[in-house]
Amino acid sequence: MTVKDIQKALAATITTGEEYMDKEITSAFASDMMSEVLAFSKGQSVLITGLCNPQVIRTAEMLDISCIVLIRGKSANEEMIELAKERDLIILETRYIMFSACGILYDLGLEGGTT
Amino acid sequence: MSDQTGSAGVVLKYTVSPDDFTRAGEASSKVKNILKQMGISPDVIRKVSIAMYEGEINMVIHAHGGEITVTITPQEVLMELKDVGPGIEDVEKAMKAGYSTAPEQVRALGFGAGMGLPNMQGCTDEMKVETELGVGTTITMSVHMEDK
Ligand SMILES: Nc1ncnc2c1ncn2[C@@H]1O[C@H](COP(=O)(O)OP(=O)(O)O)[C@@H](O)[C@H]1O
Ligand SMILES: [Mg+2]
Repeated sequence: MTVKDIQKALAATITTGEEYMDKEITSAFASDMMSEVLAFSKGQSVLITGLCNPQVIRTAEMLDISCIVLIRGKSANEEMIELAKERDLIILETRYIMFSACGILYDLGLEGGTT
Repeated sequence: MSDQTGSAGVVLKYTVSPDDFTRAGEASSKVKNILKQMGISPDVIRKVSIAMYEGEINMVIHAHGGEITVTITPQEVLMELKDVGPGIEDVEKAMKAGYSTAPEQVRALGFGAGMGLPNMQGCTDEMKVETELGVGTTITMSVHMEDK
């Protein structure tokens, strides 16, 4: 599926990265702890998180994650948007809680993984 | 940042500013870009990026910033992270997954789960921790270029 499909399914707003909505996505990782993402992600291309600070963008950058989904109504600040733009990253924002966001995307066919 | 190319390979130097959590990771980001431009393999870049980023975060949240030197040779990417922070009391303990002295506010920032040092070790082929209480910590890590 594409980022556009994810955005629609989560009724998400596009904070930045509108031009990359056609990017193909096959797997996702969800966590509020960036150390966990850094330790356990295995090439997933979407990061679902309720953490909202610039380190979310940097963590995504280090792992070549192309799309960040901020959940629970979190809103990216200027610094995050700036960093994301510089790195051609997408930020989506949804009101869904993590459980719901993950469930919806899993249902659509996104893969996760094990440790 | 300074950049020297010589027979010893490419040497990159960065200063990690103290207590600026927002900027933590800038050096790792720059190194990642340089490795990409050099055409280094994605697997090596990934390991270097993760290890250096966790190390850089540690320098900000546990020490008072410091200096990072990255040396890139045909054989390896060598990272030296040097701080003049409080030092690590029990390195063996600190290397264990889940061990952390980070305060609650660091956890609220997405770090402080005690997973940094073990991940740094897992991502690198060699890692050495030299530390002295009240003096500082120097962590040296090497990721070998893949042998084809
Ligand atoms: N550069 C450093 N200076 C002083 N103490 C450190 C440093 N790096 C790590 N430590 C100590 O080692 C512990 C474990 O580090 P780490 O595995 O990265 O977990 P975390 O950073 O989540 O606490 C830290 O909680 C801290 O006590
Ligand atoms: Mg750490």
